[in-house]
Amino acid sequence: MDFILIAVIVLGAIALIAAVVLFAASKKFAVYEDPRIAQVSELLPGANCGGCGFAGCGGMADALVKGADAGSLDGLNCPVGGADVMGQVADLLGMAIANGEPKVAVVRCNGTCENRPRIAEYAGLRTCAAMHACGAGETACGFGCLGCGDCVEACQFDAIRINPETGIAEVDEEKCVACGACAKACPRGIIELRKKGPKGRRVFVSCVNKDKGPAAMKACQVSCIGCGKCEKECAFGAITVENNLAYIDPEKCRLCRKCEKVCPKHAIIAVNFPAPKPKPENPANAENPASPANPANQQPIERKEAAV
Amino acid sequence: MNIRTFRIGGVHPEENKLTHDAATQVAALPKQAVYPLSQHIGAPAKPVVKKGDKVKVGTMIAEAGGFVSAPIFSAVSGTVLKIDTAIDATGYRKPVIIINVEGDEWEESIDRSDKLETVEAHPELTPEEIISRVKDAGVVGMGGACFPTFIKLTPPPTAKAECVIINAVECEPYITADFRLMMEHPDEILVGLELLMKAAKVNTGYIGIETNKMPAIELLSEKVAQKFGASAYHVEVVPLKQRYPQGGEKQLVDAVIRRQVPAPPAIPVNVGAIVQNVGTAFAVYEAVMKHKPLFERYTTVTGKRLANPGNFLVRMGTPMQDLIDACGGMPEGDNKLLAGGPMMGKALTSTEVPICKGTNSVTIISGDEARRKEPQPCIRCAKCVGACPMGLEPYLLAKISEVKNWERAEREDIVSCIECGSCQFTCPAHRPLLDNIRQGKSTVMGIIRARAAKK
Repeated sequence: MDFILIAVIVLGAIALIAAVVLFAASKKFAVYEDPRIAQVSELLPGANCGGCGFAGCGGMADALVKGADAGSLDGLNCPVGGADVMGQVADLLGMAIANGEPKVAVVRCNGTCENRPRIAEYAGLRTCAAMHACGAGETACGFGCLGCGDCVEACQFDAIRINPETGIAEVDEEKCVACGACAKACPRGIIELRKKGPKGRRVFVSCVNKDKGPAAMKACQVSCIGCGKCEKECAFGAITVENNLAYIDPEKCRLCRKCEKVCPKHAIIAVNFPAPKPKPENPANAENPASPANPANQQPIERKEAAV
Repeated sequence: MNIRTFRIGGVHPEENKLTHDAATQVAALPKQAVYPLSQHIGAPAKPVVKKGDKVKVGTMIAEAGGFVSAPIFSAVSGTVLKIDTAIDATGYRKPVIIINVEGDEWEESIDRSDKLETVEAHPELTPEEIISRVKDAGVVGMGGACFPTFIKLTPPPTAKAECVIINAVECEPYITADFRLMMEHPDEILVGLELLMKAAKVNTGYIGIETNKMPAIELLSEKVAQKFGASAYHVEVVPLKQRYPQGGEKQLVDAVIRRQVPAPPAIPVNVGAIVQNVGTAFAVYEAVMKHKPLFERYTTVTGKRLANPGNFLVRMGTPMQDLIDACGGMPEGDNKLLAGGPMMGKALTSTEVPICKGTNSVTIISGDEARRKEPQPCIRCAKCVGACPMGLEPYLLAKISEVKNWERAEREDIVSCIECGSCQFTCPAHRPLLDNIRQGKSTVMGIIRARAAKK
């Protein structure tokens, strides 16, 4: 029986000493972590997408708490959680927050298979980065979408895909959280994070071709040729033409859509606007757009009834 | 005969030297010549002409844009049409100078006679003088990499040159431009070598030639014995076993003097060797002795389906289309157009790309032959490991590049890759090994540069 007793005493003594050492160490070397960091982390979406510019949600939480201590949350925004999450975080930290406007990824290329003829066949590794390093790609445009989907792979929210019909990346506005991963993945810098705009309405130049007019025109039917018509038309000074390429500043743009109408190459695109209202002074034209729509709407209904 | 080769890896693709016996023809002058400002490694050249300027053959049209750079000379006489952009060998539109060709008037300073000048007859040629003439003539490596020659001749103070190795390996399939140059201008090449040795202050020279060019080996051996037999120089023609990529600097140094160049940033001169292409030796001769800047070169235009493939002495700035037309026009059907040979050549999407300083060949491969096969899973057969001339593990580098593990890629020495393509050539599963490794290499090099810039 002795040996059992000895074992219990020895092990008990070791345990006791270890406990004392550990207790002392935990007191002596305690690292204070602001409990708010954990609370903020809880509020953040936890996608670790890096859209905020930090390595993950933990880094962002840390930065938010530090920002709150320094008295300002400026420049910190979780694009995934948006205004909701940022509002909650601000409440928790007792800060007022200037709500960042929601943004969305915009693919600035409209060089579909129809608009941009293929002049070569690429046989190498099918990633945009490899194709971009190899040359202009399968079309004559050295700036446009390569369609291999590096952005699709980068997106953690299943919000971007390559449309097989056009061969161009398309963003699903509902799913896009504007984390910017796709913009970083695109070797040609085609994807831009733009202000979503009221009711999702926005006007942008859907081209990044910096070639001079004739070269750009040859490469693609809907390329910006840098003619500057839109720049002259814009009453708000929102459009600048640099390196043969127009850019619409989303902060200055008032969504009047005048530039869209003057663009000879239809490179300026306005999205989520209601269909143009028929002009009242010309009743014949006003009926026309409506009349083909009506039978199209009715036909399937008739068929349904016939089937039933 | 003692036949050497490099010790690690290598492959032997089908040679297809179709134009082996085709004597060099002088290509017709183009109607319009196009000069990309970036024809060499380093900073792009800066234009010194403007629209409407008259230029002659040999007029400088763009000056060196930095230390690692080279001036560009017009190869035609005529009027500068404009400074614009055009598609160059990178596949992208880059700044170019376009000249409308009128007549063929040369700068008076250029000696156009065929008389062979010797180093003995020109005591004014000190090493510094040779290097400065080479620099001013815009001479760059003619093998394809286009590194400014004068920099190679002035090694960093930490390294000491011991020998000059002339690279006449031409291990790429199809290309025969260097072979024809050796057959047609052996004396000039040897004077060029003597100039290079004098400039580098060494008295040992080697000329590495693969044994599929026996006539050149015999001819040059004979000429070397005549010229250097009784001189203070030790020059040797080294026959080499056919093996790709023997024309790579590091492989050639290993094959000829049995020394291994360490991993980057080490260069061949760190083990005592200055490697110059045979075309560069010829260009050095012309630049120093004939005051002729670098504006024409020997180029092979070849392809199995081309009606009359041939070797050309071509003025730079000539569009490839002109040369292809001179060979019977582009074959029907799909073709793959390469600037360079099939192993390392750059695929192009336009036949209007001009011949530049580094265009040693225009190769046309039929679409069927060029098309890649469907990649299969890697079975770890390690054929790529055996083929890699740099002793790397291509399957591993390709995989870690694919999954973007850049730290690991750097540890595995991805920057040592010379992009010769032996791995992809040898892969029985047709995997795009080099495509992936190139991505990894350029990313890792970017990371290294960024790190160095931070310090």
